[in-house]
Amino acid sequence: MIEYLQLMKHELALTLLVVFLLLGKIGGWFTANDRLVSLVNLLLLINFVAGFFGNETGRLFGGWFVNDPLATLEKNILNLGILLISLFSEDWLKKHRHVPEFYLLLFSTLLGMFFMISSGHFLMFYLGLELSTIPLAALSNFDLEKRQSGEAAVKMILSSAFASAILLFGISLIYGAFGTLDYDRVHSMMLGGSLEVFAFLFFIAGFAFKLSAVPFHLWTADVYEGSPVAVTAFISVISKGAMVFVFSTLLYYVFSGRGEIWYPVLIVLSILTISVGNLFALRQDNLKRFLAFSSISQIGYILIGIAGGTIQGTASSVYFIAVYLFSNLAAFGVISVVSSKTGRESVSGYRGLYKTNPGLGWILALALFSLGGIPPTAGFFGKLFLLTAGAARGNYVVITFAALNLVVSLYYYLRVIRSVFMDDQEAPVQSLKSGVFFKIAMFICVAGILLTGFATGFYEYIYQMSIGK
Amino acid sequence: MNLFLLLLIPVLTAAGIFMFPTRQAGRVALAGTGIQVLLSMVLLGLYIQARNTGDTSAFIFQSRIAWFPAFNIEFYTGIDGISLVMILLTAAVVFSSVLVSWKIETMRKEFFILLVLLSASAYGFFISLDLFLMFFFLELAVIPKYLLIGIWGSGNKIYSANKLVLMLMAASALVLVGLLGMYYNSGGGTNSFDMLRIAQSPLPVFIQKVFFPFLFLGFGIFTAIFPFHTWVPDGHSSAPTAASMFLAGISMKLGGYGCLRMAVYLMPDAAREYSWLIVLLSTIAIIYGAFATLMQTDLKYINAYSSVSHCGFVLLGIGMLTPSGISGAVIQMVSHGLMTALFFAAIGMMYQRTHTRQVAGLGGLLKVMPFIVTTFYIAGLCSLGLPGLSGFVAEMQVFVGSWEHPGIYYRIATVLACMSIVVTAVYILRALGQSMLGPFGRSSFSTLEDASWNEKLAAIVLIAGILLIGLAPFWIRSLTDPGTNGIMEQLNRIAALN
Repeated sequence: MIEYLQLMKHELALTLLVVFLLLGKIGGWFTANDRLVSLVNLLLLINFVAGFFGNETGRLFGGWFVNDPLATLEKNILNLGILLISLFSEDWLKKHRHVPEFYLLLFSTLLGMFFMISSGHFLMFYLGLELSTIPLAALSNFDLEKRQSGEAAVKMILSSAFASAILLFGISLIYGAFGTLDYDRVHSMMLGGSLEVFAFLFFIAGFAFKLSAVPFHLWTADVYEGSPVAVTAFISVISKGAMVFVFSTLLYYVFSGRGEIWYPVLIVLSILTISVGNLFALRQDNLKRFLAFSSISQIGYILIGIAGGTIQGTASSVYFIAVYLFSNLAAFGVISVVSSKTGRESVSGYRGLYKTNPGLGWILALALFSLGGIPPTAGFFGKLFLLTAGAARGNYVVITFAALNLVVSLYYYLRVIRSVFMDDQEAPVQSLKSGVFFKIAMFICVAGILLTGFATGFYEYIYQMSIGK
Repeated sequence: MNLFLLLLIPVLTAAGIFMFPTRQAGRVALAGTGIQVLLSMVLLGLYIQARNTGDTSAFIFQSRIAWFPAFNIEFYTGIDGISLVMILLTAAVVFSSVLVSWKIETMRKEFFILLVLLSASAYGFFISLDLFLMFFFLELAVIPKYLLIGIWGSGNKIYSANKLVLMLMAASALVLVGLLGMYYNSGGGTNSFDMLRIAQSPLPVFIQKVFFPFLFLGFGIFTAIFPFHTWVPDGHSSAPTAASMFLAGISMKLGGYGCLRMAVYLMPDAAREYSWLIVLLSTIAIIYGAFATLMQTDLKYINAYSSVSHCGFVLLGIGMLTPSGISGAVIQMVSHGLMTALFFAAIGMMYQRTHTRQVAGLGGLLKVMPFIVTTFYIAGLCSLGLPGLSGFVAEMQVFVGSWEHPGIYYRIATVLACMSIVVTAVYILRALGQSMLGPFGRSSFSTLEDASWNEKLAAIVLIAGILLIGLAPFWIRSLTDPGTNGIMEQLNRIAALN
């Protein structure tokens, strides 16, 4: 029994939170939004800190559920992300009528991701995936009075359903090929038959949807634009992050013997993803759409790192997700506070932001430089490690392509920075006052952006965890 | 001495500027950069002492700290004579660029913080012995450069800032690919970014030939290699004075230093293989830059294009792969750094008073601002290679070095490059004569004031450097020669192996 408690600690904690919110909602315990948000933030903080202690490695339910150090680390990273989102959305949340439901859905989808990360069996993986997807569609619609939000939700649910169907088809082909869905046994039975290749291709196509890799990215921009900022941040960071974690585990473990199949697929996907993401990001004026396309191109870089096929591939992609979490959430934090106070979400609306809000200006600049991979921010190390890991196979043409694409991405990040620092406009965003939770969130993000790169221990820690995988 | 001090002081200075009130920002920056000048003098003393006591290792004051052990990346630092003179150059240029920015008013704090951080990136670059670390410092300059030009620049500043930053980012991308190529092919299986280790166990010739162009072109763009020099004129002219001084004085030298340290030192075979191409491109840059300067009417553009030409000498000296050529390239880097910084400083001082940089709109300034005009003349004469000033020593050394190369092709290139000196004399003398002598360009010029204390001090620091090299070139040779000999040994050893 103790074993269950220890191995499933992260999942159980989230379940408790969900149950608590559900009961509270039914029992009408929550009257004031303010207090509820503070309470949940406190609980999330406890949840995050507790995630570091008393972790065990082991298997449950006949190998369906696996917990190991890397999975624990990944869950902790996601826990931190959700804490940050909750902190910086305080302003939006306090005005919202359905806060308990928001958290309820948010934690359910996170729970699904945890199960996905810890899955040892394709069915478990699929259950986790569905648990994480369906509440997400509801969350996209959480700006209840905005029509765009509804549109986003519909697009989200339809494309997710489609992706799930393809994935499920891939899984069924795997079952057809091996007669089992257990990771270990599938791994040991890999022989290289054409049915396996077929199954793998469907499987990877479904994943590409979830990762919004090109050519399966079409839903991304609309969903990002329509959803509330908090949800957009969640989709772009937490949901993508979880998918990357699972993806590298599956490739490196279950399909580890079939590198010759997945390597070209990943390379093609990454080249497409980087170029399309970059090209479309060049011309966006809405900041959320802009970040949507920029996050598409980031996924391309992650795929290059994973394609390297070494332990560095896992370690650098996990590291990059952590760095990306800090950077992207810092950017979304600024967008969230400006959007909730003034309703502005366009690049041109941010002109002259630095003059009135120097703090926000610096945070946004740091976040964007980090996304662009410029030192001293952690994004530099993240990108570089991905490229270094990816170059392990000697594919320097791809690496050159990716490196030169950093120039394109820098161009569009600079566009926003220029707007903030150098341009003027008649009515710039007024001087904004932000709450204490927002400040804490931004402090953590900035510290993360500046320190996770320099501080050598963090990457080393992830690397050590990855070796055991 | 612990080389971390060189990084620590700029960082502390930046923190100090941030903490003190805005009107103290200049003083804190001046104090910080002044301490840095003293520190680099102390470093010079300690270096000479170490050499005199018989320390013959290639790099001294070495220290290693594991940084990212998973990738074999180390915070590995150390200096030799070449890096030492570059550090001295950086300290002098940054100190005087703080002085000439004394009157900056918009966002004063931010300006000085960015300037000081920019200098930190240069110090870091020159002390790195780990290729990854070097790349980190190379890229560290991106944020300050962009913001300095974009916020405090003049003219078409956003366009220039974008052009400069993006072209240099593309250059860094090429450098990065070259680095990764070396990393995965170094030292018989143990991937390493350690410069000395890569130098000791040479890379396979094929690998060198593949990756040398990446590194050389990448760093070459920083040094305005033809045809990728186009960021120089726009970037330098739009930047505020201090940033122009830094960009032309230091930033372009990062490229020359990188070519020398990474490309030539680590890939000697490929350097021999490609030397014809380097010589060709640098000769074009020298001549093209000189003729392009003739057509310019804006003083900043004149200096920017002449930088293209002068930095061509750096690459020419490197491309000849002879001992005198390489040592000439190093001296040319220092000399050009001081001279061009002085030139930009003088232009800045004059622009502040006359609000024009057009040669045709000026005139007669000698009567009202003798100090600034003298500064101009010293910079100009140094640029055209007057004996007694550093430009003569450097260019002479490069020419001697390139004549040492016996190939007929290289001889022709040397002759062509030599002839550019005449063109240099034409544009320098014409520009100086028209803008400084004769009747006043505008009657309002007669009330202008000469340099203030800070501007005088800034000019004197740089002029002292120019004279020191020009009148006593042996001291700089004695510093850089062990470094150049190391590079030559590497080149010759490999030639002997094959």
